[in-house]
Amino acid sequence: MSILVRSDISVLVQGITGKEGHFHAQKMISYGTRIVAGVTPGKGGDWVMDGKIPVFDSVKTAIEATGAEASVIFVPADHAADAIYEAVEAQLRYVFCVTEGIPMQDMMRIKRYMQTSETQLIGPNSPGLLSPGKIKLGIIPGEVAKPGNIGVISRSGTLTYEIVNELSKAGAGISTCIGIGGDPILGTGYPELLELFEADPETEKILIIGEIGGRFEENAVRYISQHNTKPVYAYIVGKSAPEGRRMGHAGAIIEKRAGSAAYKNELIKNAGIRLASSIEEIPALLLKS
Amino acid sequence: MRIQEYQSKRIFSHYGIPIPKGRVAINAIIADHIYEELKPDVVIKAQVLTSGRGKAGGIRLAKSAEQVEQITNDILGLTIKGMPVKKILVEEAVKIDQEYFIAIITDKDAGMPALMASKYGGMDIEDAVRENSSAIYTLPIDPLAGLLEFQVRSAALAVELPKQLWNDFADIVLALWKLYEENDADSVEINPLVISEGDKLIALDAKVNIDDNAIYRHPELTEYFDLEEEDRMEYQAKKYGLSYVKLDGDIGCMVNGAGLAMATLDLLSDQGGKPANFLDIGGGANSEKVSSGLKILMQDERVKVILINIFGGITRCDEVAKGLLSVFNNTTIELPVVIRLAGTNAVEGLEMLKNSGLIVVENIGEAARISVQLSTGSKK
Repeated sequence: MSILVRSDISVLVQGITGKEGHFHAQKMISYGTRIVAGVTPGKGGDWVMDGKIPVFDSVKTAIEATGAEASVIFVPADHAADAIYEAVEAQLRYVFCVTEGIPMQDMMRIKRYMQTSETQLIGPNSPGLLSPGKIKLGIIPGEVAKPGNIGVISRSGTLTYEIVNELSKAGAGISTCIGIGGDPILGTGYPELLELFEADPETEKILIIGEIGGRFEENAVRYISQHNTKPVYAYIVGKSAPEGRRMGHAGAIIEKRAGSAAYKNELIKNAGIRLASSIEEIPALLLKS
Repeated sequence: MRIQEYQSKRIFSHYGIPIPKGRVAINAIIADHIYEELKPDVVIKAQVLTSGRGKAGGIRLAKSAEQVEQITNDILGLTIKGMPVKKILVEEAVKIDQEYFIAIITDKDAGMPALMASKYGGMDIEDAVRENSSAIYTLPIDPLAGLLEFQVRSAALAVELPKQLWNDFADIVLALWKLYEENDADSVEINPLVISEGDKLIALDAKVNIDDNAIYRHPELTEYFDLEEEDRMEYQAKKYGLSYVKLDGDIGCMVNGAGLAMATLDLLSDQGGKPANFLDIGGGANSEKVSSGLKILMQDERVKVILINIFGGITRCDEVAKGLLSVFNNTTIELPVVIRLAGTNAVEGLEMLKNSGLIVVENIGEAARISVQLSTGSKK
């Protein structure tokens, strides 16, 4: 079983009639994910995917008709905050926000608003979740990974595909791979997911793919030192990045020493976590121990 | 997006935050006109988007027309942390009794804004904090409730502000919050906020930094963005929806995805190479984005080798190949181009590029090694 979600969970896609939403909903369906509905305000009553998936005007009506428990959001950045509020208000259990570029003040208000809700938000700017052979929520290409015992938590998209693909080629498979997102303010950080991987019987090793900026990895290290018994491996990207420049991801900016790769690597090593100092070392590191 | 001091001050004055009288100048003639209005004493301040202007000689007092001319020319000849000074701010000199630091920042880890205040204004606040961690008073702000008056009072108390100035202080700090919230700022800062002539509070400096993600909903702010300050290539890349950061090396890089792009730069550095830039064409990039990205690299005269690293997930490698060919078919390219395509439709993409003279490699490590060899002219 995947962490976080059951493999047969019913999922709706917010923004299903957009180019990205439509394309990835199709990919998720092909992978076997139970996409039961789409939501696009104003397009309620339409059907997409050769007439197989109904479109609703609101998340609430979609849930009433289909019993969806999770959502994947592909709504453009200027309406994505609203889409998250709507999903939270409708009490969806899990919300994966793929959209990148939501204003920070919107995200801060959302996080504050969510303090009283049961909804778990992954992202924004998350590639989603992939549990090979079981379920795919979001945009992680299904073909990069094969089933196995490594749990992966990452802050980026293509870098994760690259690494997971190299692991596959080296013969190592994945239990669940999840992206927490490349933005500075995120719904879910490492600790909650580390806890789930620790409890997951299919996961034997955990790989963290971190990057410069913020204190996310610092929080992860603190959690691991206190709670994780399974071996944890880490790789931090961005050691050659200059200070004060935003390296693509809104979250990948070294504002203080604490955000640098050198600082994070030092914490990781001191905590006894196995560190890959280069991307090329990762498969061997995970396979040898 | 950081906004220059003189423009930040313009925004401050819209919000009723008191600032010294002054205007911006680009040469000594204009500076002299401003001096005539503000004399006898003025402060001349370099307008560059970096800290440490004072230490670099970019902020100086002038007491006569001759000094204004001399200092203006001196400062306009400076390059501070790699940024040439093109504008100066000429301001009336303000008598300073006491200096404070006030800021509203976005605490990304807490996911909340925070009010910061210190009685050690005027200096580099990070230095002050390093010496004494209690030098700065920090208070989280509920993003739904906003900054509250009692919080401002507690900040006034913490920095030992004289009580007769509390009301004026509250007006300034609440205005600063309003500015932060209404303009989607990432941070706003006054360092120093000074007490002058016993009972006046004045913002001597102003820093406003707008959240890049929110710029789309503030078209009124675009007039404040100083594009001259930005690198031409960075600006051009932004227009095409690409993410570009100029670095100081000679290997031009184009990668899809920020994380993979950083990993590529790290590998180049590991091998002793020097990337000329970070360039992320993003997920799902189409052929136009690819060709615009390639053109930006080709314009860069420092570039000796071009490295293209694509892991196709959402991005299709045949689409990437199409974008590259649209450039190669119209331009002769003399630089070596190393390319690595993997993932979605990589086979199709590589087939399309077969006769294009590119150096095709299998994986990211090899791509980095060959690029470095070509850039340094060494064969290992």
